[in-house]
Amino acid sequence: MEGAWVALALTLKVAGWATALNLIFGVGVGYAMARWRFPGRELADAVLTLPMVMPPTVLGYYMLVLIGTHGPIGAWLLQHFGIRLIFTWQAAVIAAAVVSFPLVFKSARAAFETVDPQLEDAARLLGIGEVGVFFRVSLPLAGRGVLAGLLLAFARALGEFGATLMVAGSIPGKTQTLSIAVYEAVQAGQDDTANFLVAVTSVTCIAVLLSAGRLAPGRVAPRA
Amino acid sequence: MDDLPIRSTTLPRLLAFALAAGLSLAAQAADLTVSAAASLTNAFKDLAPLFEAANPGTKLQFNFAASGPLLQQIVKGAPVDVFASADQETMDQAQAQGFVQAAQRRNFVSNTLVVIVPAASARVPAGLKDLAQPAFERVAIGLPASVPVGRYAQGVLEAAGLWAAIEPKMIGAQSVRQALDYVARGEVDAGFVYSTDAALMADKVKVAFSVPTVKPILYPAAPIAAGPNGAVAQRFVEFLTAPPAQAVLAKYGFGKP
Repeated sequence: MEGAWVALALTLKVAGWATALNLIFGVGVGYAMARWRFPGRELADAVLTLPMVMPPTVLGYYMLVLIGTHGPIGAWLLQHFGIRLIFTWQAAVIAAAVVSFPLVFKSARAAFETVDPQLEDAARLLGIGEVGVFFRVSLPLAGRGVLAGLLLAFARALGEFGATLMVAGSIPGKTQTLSIAVYEAVQAGQDDTANFLVAVTSVTCIAVLLSAGRLAPGRVAPRA
Repeated sequence: MDDLPIRSTTLPRLLAFALAAGLSLAAQAADLTVSAAASLTNAFKDLAPLFEAANPGTKLQFNFAASGPLLQQIVKGAPVDVFASADQETMDQAQAQGFVQAAQRRNFVSNTLVVIVPAASARVPAGLKDLAQPAFERVAIGLPASVPVGRYAQGVLEAAGLWAAIEPKMIGAQSVRQALDYVARGEVDAGFVYSTDAALMADKVKVAFSVPTVKPILYPAAPIAAGPNGAVAQRFVEFLTAPPAQAVLAKYGFGKP
């Protein structure tokens, strides 16, 4: 039963880091796509949304091929830094981040597109730099949508299974997240362990949803 | 009113489709479902045409996984006709719970436990003791709780007093084939598989040494007690021990039981 708490802590750590990565990349790319017009923008949007549509095993395979020891990224990391990503919790973070990226990116793009560009222009006229415009005008106005996306992404990252299993394996205490621990307990016929893990997972998910409801759109940033 | 003709053809088509789907489902119900250990994958696929030719009208349907999950599926009521596991222990559990026809249980092949390394690897262990060295950071072992090859590996490592040293390096695999894949991709430094698995990927992995197991590795097969096709299931188990099937199994490196 102690293993369940270890798995829970690991799951929260992985989902937390994945959401933090998406806070930077998902929100950044979402903003760029909302404000920046370039040929092939919708194609880029489609490609960036792919992780939401593709089966996690396909994503897992792509990642395995890229960051694996013989993959272009994996071989480079190993050669220059001696880092082997596969079977580490960092690999689980990458898997969870990739899978949940579209949820942040899509919400952020939609949220930024609802921000009136005139308000940004007004700030620029008042002498505020681009970075200031983003953090003081665009982001606060898009905050509700961005936060909603981040919460969804966190929830999705908590439950990530397929891609995680492929790139991070199932090492108790290291890469064995709750969903993988449940799978393994069922495979081995350890129903008691499975029941306990499932209960822990269910309570965690309810807690996340309840706190999401508290932070949810409407309470975070009062509309200006 | 314009769309009426479309509707009048759509509905019959849908019905026809549903009927066809239902019929194919009915046809599947007459098939023989064999749940077999992952290490048997290639050999059993090769055996299927032989059995189907000898039993016209029967179609084999395979369900490959580690023996542990296969047992759990049977325990939970999966409609399986034959169970072939990679160890006696899993089959014993099935038998103790009354899920298999004990009288018709047969050992049909034997296998050998080997330690493999990636083909390009410069470090080749000479014996189990070498795996404890720091040069071997990651060792793929089937999860002992559900994968027989993992239990065999744990058994020999415990007997050699090395389990405590190797366990922290263990990368658990969901089946023997996953352990094989981890080694073939070079993601681990060594792995425990059967000699028959290593032979399938001779271009990507090399056998460092074979490991005598405490108990011989014997594969049993038995018809499932509640299986939908009892008579055919029994014939399949008998077929496995007969010379034509044994010849195919031997081609893949399996030994006589």
